[in-house]
Amino acid sequence: MAELAGLAETEAHGAAELTVQAYIEHHLSFLTYGKHPDGHWGIAHTPEEAAEMGFWAIHVDTLGWSIFIGAAFLLLFRYIGKNATTDTPGGMQNFVESIFEFVDARVNEGFNHSNRLIAPLALTIFVWIILMNTMDLVPVDWITGLATLIGEHVFGLEHMSFKIVPTTDINITVGMSLSVFALIIYYSIKMKGLGGFLSELAFQPFGKWALPFNLMIEVPTLLAKPVSLGLRLFGNLYAGELLFLLMASLLGIFQLPAHFAWAVFHILVIPLQAFVFMMLTIVYLNAAHETHAH
Amino acid sequence: MDMILAFTVLGVLLVLGLGALGTAIGFGILGGKFLEGSARQPELAPKLQTSMFLVAGLIDAVTMIGIGIGMWFTFSNPYIATLLTLGG
Repeated sequence: MAELAGLAETEAHGAAELTVQAYIEHHLSFLTYGKHPDGHWGIAHTPEEAAEMGFWAIHVDTLGWSIFIGAAFLLLFRYIGKNATTDTPGGMQNFVESIFEFVDARVNEGFNHSNRLIAPLALTIFVWIILMNTMDLVPVDWITGLATLIGEHVFGLEHMSFKIVPTTDINITVGMSLSVFALIIYYSIKMKGLGGFLSELAFQPFGKWALPFNLMIEVPTLLAKPVSLGLRLFGNLYAGELLFLLMASLLGIFQLPAHFAWAVFHILVIPLQAFVFMMLTIVYLNAAHETHAH
Repeated sequence: MDMILAFTVLGVLLVLGLGALGTAIGFGILGGKFLEGSARQPELAPKLQTSMFLVAGLIDAVTMIGIGIGMWFTFSNPYIATLLTLGG
């Protein structure tokens, strides 16, 4: 037993050699900042150290990239919005307007009540997720390799991990879906009242004498919404990134056509997942606003 | 230890394989219905296509969750971790 454990360890980070396992593990780990078991705060040097930091450690690379991408999107759209002209709109303004109209059409179709938050929320979700997902198309070793070099020479961290696709971090996707879930609960209670919201859970679909059965159906349906919303985006992006990694590590020179083929398919997945997240947000919030006017 | 590894491999392959099977059948039915619908009413085709992509994203969902769980078991098997902490 001990030899097997030891073997697994040396395979994972044998000093000078880079096995496939180690390469994949390096590219799947986040730059984690947290409290080490002995009490001092710092960046984790190995995935095992990162795991020991526990739940409250922060993925610095995910946070940085998601905030940077979000800020870039907001600044760009604000600039275009402020300088919008009906005279001779430039290419960028046309592009931003087409995205805007797309989201506007979807919100009008899917949301049948009056709430000024929904359309900006949908636009943010759609564009932010697309931009974060598109980072997956950058070849794996370019930015990460550069970051590892900088980490070694500037910060003294050997073999620093650095991931550039925030949506492959389950913290981001579940964070977004929990925020949407909080909005669903908030608007449900605001529109229907707490009693109305709870009676919807308890008395649908079978009537009040079947309360246990109704709860058994309605509560998992309610809880499945944030879980599936977050995990769907995470799973799609994680699987895509993992496939790129496997191609890079296992195929040698033949990885180039494989990368191309998978990247072409991934170009479909990227906006599709953003679209699905946005549409489901609109549909769930619409259902939260539904009051059956008696 | 080897039994855990062996059965983990089989488990992961089942998850991936059954997920792929379900997704393929689902997409087939979805695409077929879309083609039928747009053949009956071609003017509705764009609207149907939008809805089709929405449902396609939903069909993918649990399969992708399964892939995520499969990769988790492949690269950091929690059963192995439990076994190692229990002293092998």
